[in-house]
Amino acid sequence: MTDTTEKTARAPVSGPPAPAAPRPARRWRGATPWLFLLAPLTLLIVFTYAPIANMVAYSFTDWDGVSPELRYTGAGNYAELFTRSDLFEVFWVSGYYLAASVFQIAAALYFATILSFNVRFRNFFKGVLFFPYLINGVAIGFVFLYFFQDGGTLDSVLGLLGVETDRAWLGTPVSANTSLAAVSVWRYLGLNFVLFLGAIQAIPGELYEAAELDGANRWQQFRHIIAPGIRPVLSLSVILSVSGSLSVFEIPYVMTGGATGTETFVIQTVKLAFQFNKTGLASAAAVVLLLIILAVTWVQRRLVPDDKVDLV
Amino acid sequence: MNCRTVLALAVGSALLASGCTGTAGTSKGADAEAPDDPAEVTGTITVLTHRTDLVQDGTMKKYAAEFNETYPKVRVEFDGITDYEGEVKIRMNTENYGDVLMIPGVIEKKDYPRFFASLGSQAERSRKYRFTDYTTVEGKVYGQSPLGAVPGFVYNKKVWREAGVTEWPKTPSEFLAALKRIKSRTDAVPYYTNFKDMWPLTQWTQVNGSVSCDEQATTKLAEGDPWAEGADLRTADTLLYDIVRQGLVEKDPTTTNWEASKPKLAKGEIATMWLGSWAVIQMRGAAKQAGANPGDIGFMPFPAQKNGTFCAVALPDYNQAVNIHSEHKAAARAWIDWFTDKSGYAADNLTLSPLKSAPLPDVLKPYEEAGVRILDLDDTRGAEVKTIDNQSEVGINKPDYRQDLVDLARGATKGGLDDFLDGLAKKWTGTQRSLGS
Repeated sequence: MTDTTEKTARAPVSGPPAPAAPRPARRWRGATPWLFLLAPLTLLIVFTYAPIANMVAYSFTDWDGVSPELRYTGAGNYAELFTRSDLFEVFWVSGYYLAASVFQIAAALYFATILSFNVRFRNFFKGVLFFPYLINGVAIGFVFLYFFQDGGTLDSVLGLLGVETDRAWLGTPVSANTSLAAVSVWRYLGLNFVLFLGAIQAIPGELYEAAELDGANRWQQFRHIIAPGIRPVLSLSVILSVSGSLSVFEIPYVMTGGATGTETFVIQTVKLAFQFNKTGLASAAAVVLLLIILAVTWVQRRLVPDDKVDLV
Repeated sequence: MNCRTVLALAVGSALLASGCTGTAGTSKGADAEAPDDPAEVTGTITVLTHRTDLVQDGTMKKYAAEFNETYPKVRVEFDGITDYEGEVKIRMNTENYGDVLMIPGVIEKKDYPRFFASLGSQAERSRKYRFTDYTTVEGKVYGQSPLGAVPGFVYNKKVWREAGVTEWPKTPSEFLAALKRIKSRTDAVPYYTNFKDMWPLTQWTQVNGSVSCDEQATTKLAEGDPWAEGADLRTADTLLYDIVRQGLVEKDPTTTNWEASKPKLAKGEIATMWLGSWAVIQMRGAAKQAGANPGDIGFMPFPAQKNGTFCAVALPDYNQAVNIHSEHKAAARAWIDWFTDKSGYAADNLTLSPLKSAPLPDVLKPYEEAGVRILDLDDTRGAEVKTIDNQSEVGINKPDYRQDLVDLARGATKGGLDDFLDGLAKKWTGTQRSLGS
């Protein structure tokens, strides 16, 4: 980056060896990257940081979301949040999604490995696996509502296989959460898969050839070449899954609205803000969720440091 | 210019910007007076409405054309909003929220004078109109509902007749017995919860007043325990619990579908739903579409009698109000008056007219014959009830607690009805105490 700017700045200077660049040019050179950054930074500040700052500010008030009056309540919302254990009980629901994401990462890794080798129809299968990620989350919610309906797609398919379950898939907390977590796996598997596939394909091909010459089988190739090669992406996926599990929203909100024990922390926050008009308390809850996710990420980075990978 | 100062500046300015939010409109207490000469009123007014269906099919335009016969110089434009509550709530943080709008449910009564222009004193308006105390703040009225609804059970007469029930049940146990007969004698689902769509469950709160037959039912919510033995809400919740507990509902409540339930009720696949008089026209429409007999759609009150008479409460729909920042308050006021008094909107929807002098609509003729008393609840303490409801997070006008109730009744979650209702009562009365009422 700096290289190119220096070259362009020097290009017009010709003839005798020039002294140091004139002052205005140097100032402009310093400003160039900021000019480039102006648009994205403006967008970032206006649509991300300003609302977050707003939210943090609201979390110290008793605002109801519409009234022109709002009072400063200090840390009152945070005190209420931490003294009401019922507000944190919903995190148990995240356990379902966390368990699901373990399965999801394993499956994504499996498919990515298989499809990185020369398999017939591999591009077709790549498409099949990635496709659900492209669909809008709300649409997925509606589709799966029909899927789990009494006598819906799932029941019909099971019926074709000769299995008569006759159960309400979203009927009990355990069954409903498992079903919703399964939908979430279906949706996000593709993203993990593509990340892994990219990382695997970035590994130089000679390594495989060398390994094959040395007589390594597929498992040994995976264990000693692929696994260490994709460690940074793996750890990124784990962070994304953990934070994703803590902040699940779309799928349960569309499909059950948080009924039957499927309420997650974010759904609860939305309800506090928009049903009970406790925007202040809900903002505080959102801030706390942000801090929890940051903390989890930090702990995870400490446990599994992101070393430089050097395969050769 | 180093990177850190820029970031600090950016975050600092963002924080400053956030310091001044939610301070729109300090003008308070304007009036929207009715114009004297219709021909002289001018201006273009925008009406925000939740009835997107009526905007799309041109019905609203027809009303506007009729309105123009009396007020030729006023142009009326409609802004149909699908997510009415959510969107208007946010727009009300600015000054730009139409000239006429329906008062969103989230706006607190005490804030009405900041947002809306007054339509007149309650003493004067209540002589002519129903529902004035729902929008009265300090003796002044800020809104007017163009129609009223009476909550009740919408049922399929044919199915009930086939089951051998011809009289309206008079007690919750008679009602349960009737549903059981429907279950054993017909193929219909005796009661459909509409669990997934949530708001039909919320409607059960409107039972309040029908059991005790008391105009002060709302005051009682503000002062007492809604789930005390024999109280209205306890009676309603117990009935709903029993209906679900005894398996008199659809097989899988978690995947119900409101739009699909309408033709099902019309065709007799569903026998009963707790809704309101407003739903009758929709069910009849569904019956026509499905090739069933619209005459089969019946309407009955909550199964409880006081001194031998049924009671039903009259409730307002959204209240129309004039934006306090409107530049054409006279035209806006003219629209509200015309829409309430002369448009025929209430009659077109087969609902209760907001005019006290108007006769009952056809849908409620059986009520008249059966001598059902129609109550106008006193809503003076309505704002307080709302505050208690939000503060306690019980949500009597929100779906969550009844979804929990249904889950409890069908055994999806563990626990007893008494513990559940007592838990609600504890939250409610605890909040009453902490608010000092």
